[in-house]
Amino acid sequence: MTFRPVSPRFWLARQAVLAAAGVPLVAVAALAEAVVGGPGGLAILAGVVVLLAWTWIVERGRYRAWGYAERDEDLIVRRGLLFRRVSVVPYGRMQFIDVSAGPVDRVFGLATVQLHTAAAATDARIPGLLRADAEQLRDRLAAVGEARATGL
Amino acid sequence: MPPPATLLPGEQWRRLHPLSPLVRVGAVIAAVPFLLVGSFSGGRQSQDGGRPNITVLIWSGLAILGLIGGFVSWLVTRWRIDQGDLQIERGLIRRQSFRIPLERIQAIDVIAPLTARILGLAEVRVISAGRGLEHGRLAYLSAAEAPVVRAQLLALAHGLAATTPEPPGYRLARVDNGRLAMGLLTRASVIVPGMLLFGAIVAAMVRPANASFTAVAVTGGLAFQSVVVTARRFNDDYNFSIAEAGDGLRLDRGLLQQRHETIPFTRIQAVRLVEPLLWRLFGWCRLDVDVARQRVSHEADRDANRVARTLIPVASRDLVVWLLSRVMPAVTSEPPAGSSSPRRARLRAPLSYHFLAAWNDDRYVCARTGRLQSATVVVPVDKVQSVRLASGPVQRALRLATVHVDTAGRRWQAAARCRDEGDADALLWTIAERARDARRQRSTAAGAQKQS
Repeated sequence: MTFRPVSPRFWLARQAVLAAAGVPLVAVAALAEAVVGGPGGLAILAGVVVLLAWTWIVERGRYRAWGYAERDEDLIVRRGLLFRRVSVVPYGRMQFIDVSAGPVDRVFGLATVQLHTAAAATDARIPGLLRADAEQLRDRLAAVGEARATGL
Repeated sequence: MPPPATLLPGEQWRRLHPLSPLVRVGAVIAAVPFLLVGSFSGGRQSQDGGRPNITVLIWSGLAILGLIGGFVSWLVTRWRIDQGDLQIERGLIRRQSFRIPLERIQAIDVIAPLTARILGLAEVRVISAGRGLEHGRLAYLSAAEAPVVRAQLLALAHGLAATTPEPPGYRLARVDNGRLAMGLLTRASVIVPGMLLFGAIVAAMVRPANASFTAVAVTGGLAFQSVVVTARRFNDDYNFSIAEAGDGLRLDRGLLQQRHETIPFTRIQAVRLVEPLLWRLFGWCRLDVDVARQRVSHEADRDANRVARTLIPVASRDLVVWLLSRVMPAVTSEPPAGSSSPRRARLRAPLSYHFLAAWNDDRYVCARTGRLQSATVVVPVDKVQSVRLASGPVQRALRLATVHVDTAGRRWQAAARCRDEGDADALLWTIAERARDARRQRSTAAGAQKQS
């Protein structure tokens, strides 16, 4: 089975968010080091940089872990690096499909597709799709869902 | 009173029973005479010249206001069955009109609280998919009419003529009240607070100090709470009996508040066999059921959800297993050999490892979990909504994974916890495949039924 990845722009958006948080943090640490000086300040600066690098690596892993596959009868969503999740949602069980986009998503032209079944625990969600792709996916899923709909 | 058997589709709007407003203010009204007597005797003693007590005034005012409100709400509430819907209209200022499609009805309960029983009334509560319980309440009809309305709604929900008599029930089991009491009292939720209280009292007697009195007060509070919960359960499940009829399972129970519930077989999402720790001494079990429903939002919903839907509150294991086989034919209720989680799961789930097991065949997915009490959840594959595989960092390190089976039920899900990674993967695809086959079979069966 081949999983389709989410858009590379999703990774770009994640990096942008990370930079927006990380750059001021590094700047503040560097400023503190320049003003106060000493080995303590240097250690803090190094710590912040290592933390950011670690977050970047984990985030990249998480981005790569996202994937979805449309099979004949069901949709499979895979995600998570530390907490691995695989969800199988039959088309016949889908009740409605949401396409949503937060502020960051909108800046990068991305959207999230979320599937809902009668079970509250179903957590099939595909973030970071290009908006046109997301809408296409939703329409495709809605069409097959309608054709295969079964009751409770 | 019109003869009750005239409920037909497309008929006139009907009202609820005119005594309905009384039920809601029943408790307040019942209190007034007592207060009056109390105030007169009290007034004579204080030589107040027989002036009515302020409390009596407030209570009578409340009762009158409640009665007026209840009467108005009775006046503007009407209901009928039309075009395959149960229609209910209510509200004076904010007019509400509900339409409940009959084919979406999940279950119909007849509930008679104490005040309603005294007045000879009963509530019909229609539970349907995708709606809160508040929408489908017919409170109240006469006690004679309520079962008839229930039978007719059920008949219509199954696409039969409204005049179809309620199919006769076949009694499956009933619960002896003594055993129910015994079963409730030997739950850990009663024994633990009881023992704590006993310990605190002993400590206070041995060494009377402020700290030990505080301990008595705290544990006493806990014990009181568990007594209240237990008494409520006893009240709910008193005279419990379960019967099987063509349209589903019928549950009759209740001491003060009597309930007659019907659970259609097709609406059962999952059942759960529970064996609390101490019940193992007696060889007793409990069988719970989960039906599809919405999230709890209203007060009335909470009230209805308060009582766990249980198919039998306490019974011998043999009886429970037999009952399970009536609800889920040909199910394996005991974990077969090789169905337990691998030994290394002990590291991830040390407290529940001994119960962890999962097995499945082409009709059911079963999973056993639990720490002190074992709980076996059985899900028919054609009720599976989605399947999820999850594994956290510890599980990954131990090459373990958990498979969750989601149904439309709201109370519990089946989870095959801490399986071997390879097994879990296989289980995920197997369940997905079998659920697909079951759905296909059902849709072809439905298609054939439509054609014939």
